[in-house]
Amino acid sequence: MDLYEYQGKELLRNYGLETLPGIVAGTPEEAGRAAETLGGTVAIKAQVLTGGRGKAGGIKVVSSPKEAEEAAAGILGMDIRGHTVRRVYVEGGAEIDREFYLSITVDRTAKRPLILFSTEGGLEIEEVAETNPEAIVNLHIDPLLGLLPYQVREITFAAGLEGDAAKGVGRTLTNLYKAFDDLDASLVEINPLIVTSDGHVLTLDAKVTVDNSSLYRHADIAELHDVEAADPQEQRAQEVGLQYVKLDGDVGILGNGAGLVMSTLDVVAQAGGEPANFCDVGGGADAEQISTALDIVTSNEQVQSVLFNIFGGITRGDEVARGLLSAIERTGLTLSVVVRLDGTNAEEGRQILAENTPENVHTEQTMLEAARRAVELARDGGR
Amino acid sequence: MAILVDEGTRLLVQGITGREGAFHTGRMLKSGTSVVAGVTPGKGGQDYESVPIFNTVEEAVEETGANASVIFVPPPFAADAIFESLDSGLSTVCCITEGIPVHDMMRVAGYLGGKDATLIGPNCPGVLSPEKCNVSIMPGDIFMPGNVGVVSRSGTLTYQIVNELTQREIGQSSAVGIGGDPIIGTDFIEILSKFEADEETDCAVMIGEIGGNAEQLAAEYVRSEMSTPVVAYIAGFTAPEGKTMGHAGAIVSGGESTAEAKSEALREAGIRAATNPSEVAELVAEALGLG
Repeated sequence: MDLYEYQGKELLRNYGLETLPGIVAGTPEEAGRAAETLGGTVAIKAQVLTGGRGKAGGIKVVSSPKEAEEAAAGILGMDIRGHTVRRVYVEGGAEIDREFYLSITVDRTAKRPLILFSTEGGLEIEEVAETNPEAIVNLHIDPLLGLLPYQVREITFAAGLEGDAAKGVGRTLTNLYKAFDDLDASLVEINPLIVTSDGHVLTLDAKVTVDNSSLYRHADIAELHDVEAADPQEQRAQEVGLQYVKLDGDVGILGNGAGLVMSTLDVVAQAGGEPANFCDVGGGADAEQISTALDIVTSNEQVQSVLFNIFGGITRGDEVARGLLSAIERTGLTLSVVVRLDGTNAEEGRQILAENTPENVHTEQTMLEAARRAVELARDGGR
Repeated sequence: MAILVDEGTRLLVQGITGREGAFHTGRMLKSGTSVVAGVTPGKGGQDYESVPIFNTVEEAVEETGANASVIFVPPPFAADAIFESLDSGLSTVCCITEGIPVHDMMRVAGYLGGKDATLIGPNCPGVLSPEKCNVSIMPGDIFMPGNVGVVSRSGTLTYQIVNELTQREIGQSSAVGIGGDPIIGTDFIEILSKFEADEETDCAVMIGEIGGNAEQLAAEYVRSEMSTPVVAYIAGFTAPEGKTMGHAGAIVSGGESTAEAKSEALREAGIRAATNPSEVAELVAEALGLG
């Protein structure tokens, strides 16, 4: 789960990271009042769950409440990489002496947290890795021991920091690791981390991503989830425990198991079709879940046909068949549905379908045949 | 021969009285696996389908001589269950549970490094050696004994491919689901090396997907260390960037994590890469000279 800058900063402040004073605003008037409260030069920053807002014109530095109001009016409602800006963060200014980059991520290959520190702050780390790799210091942390004091020194010395800057960055690093660990984060990124002309080390931008699997033990963070920013179908799927990702095509896809569903999408694309979504009903899905899943997939108006690909392991074929029939009955669905059923209790499932098949349900023996059929049906407008 | 689990496996089920644990214990017993013990804290002294239940893994191992465990414990308690297995001296631990926090798994992986044990999973379908031992949630009846080793990040995609192999009368030595999480106990390379060493395995099938770079590392390993032919398949060509596709670990985050990059690495390493699941069986037949 990605957090907005202002949310991430609020969490990081609890761990002793220093930030500039800031106020969230949802309207230009609120932004103007915030600028008045903060006084002096302020930055108006778009709050979106994606990168590249600076380049997109989503950050403006202004010096009066009136200008703040005007800047916010321009930024609010802006589309940044498909994300609509609905809030801005009005933040006080600072005299920047130096800028750094600091992040902690989960390194999947090493199976450990990885700290990246760069003396080239404000730039994308991928860019620095290509143009000036010597500027980057990286260090793996033993998750059983945590960040050790000598490792903090290794980073600050390797980065060539001295005096107050070394101390301030070291303290920030120690605090940030504690936050990363406590918050079950999969990413904490501060870019830039600045040293002000009076020697303060401040978090100027913060990106925090919390591991979805850990949200059960972070009820306070789970509450920060922005329901309005999510796709309504994705939101509903999440609420009922389904894995759903909306795409741009017209063949709706449901299946069990992430790998099989991904593969089904690929096969549909190879057959000349365009998948409308990814929807994994998961292991052990029952009639109720299948029915909800079908409902979510077909509520996307672009969908012209539905491909239902089930290979049963935990999921039982008879449950799937019952779920499908009950969903079609309940929603009065008239779209063509192509079903391919195999694995645990598949015989029973096929039997149930054979005895009760509505006209718009077609069964196919193999995944490839089912994909081709679904693509053809989508071309014919679902009939 | 087979890898990881065989006739000598004495299995313990952690979470045996839960819905999934109970259901799959029944299936594993039916496919002939020696399920010697179950563990559910607080239910020690009872039994399930004649399998004795214990309060702790240590006690179960002492009483029954269990040497492997399979875990069906819910996510908040699953890492603890893995630690308990490792501390009780079990050499093979298979964790089916999906949704374990990544930080828990980093600690597990760190601890595992100092142990002489193999952790399969989490978020995996388990391990099955046809007609020898079933430590999994896989539908046993689609398998047949033979000489093809299967290793995969996905459950149902494994069933799909195994089913197509069996339909062509190409049997399997062992099938291992290594799991779809960002951090898993055992990677492709460790399983491929076991297949390479296994006299009975004449061809290995590797089923990968988007996210991470495990397929690239495996491709390099296959090129430099393996003489057993390998057939691969990657899922997720149509996955958009930045979206988790079901498995917590299946996410395109640029560069190496895409299906294209993985497929290219496989081809560069001279590995036969299929473009759809059905083609896997064809390529395996070709590799085995069954044309």
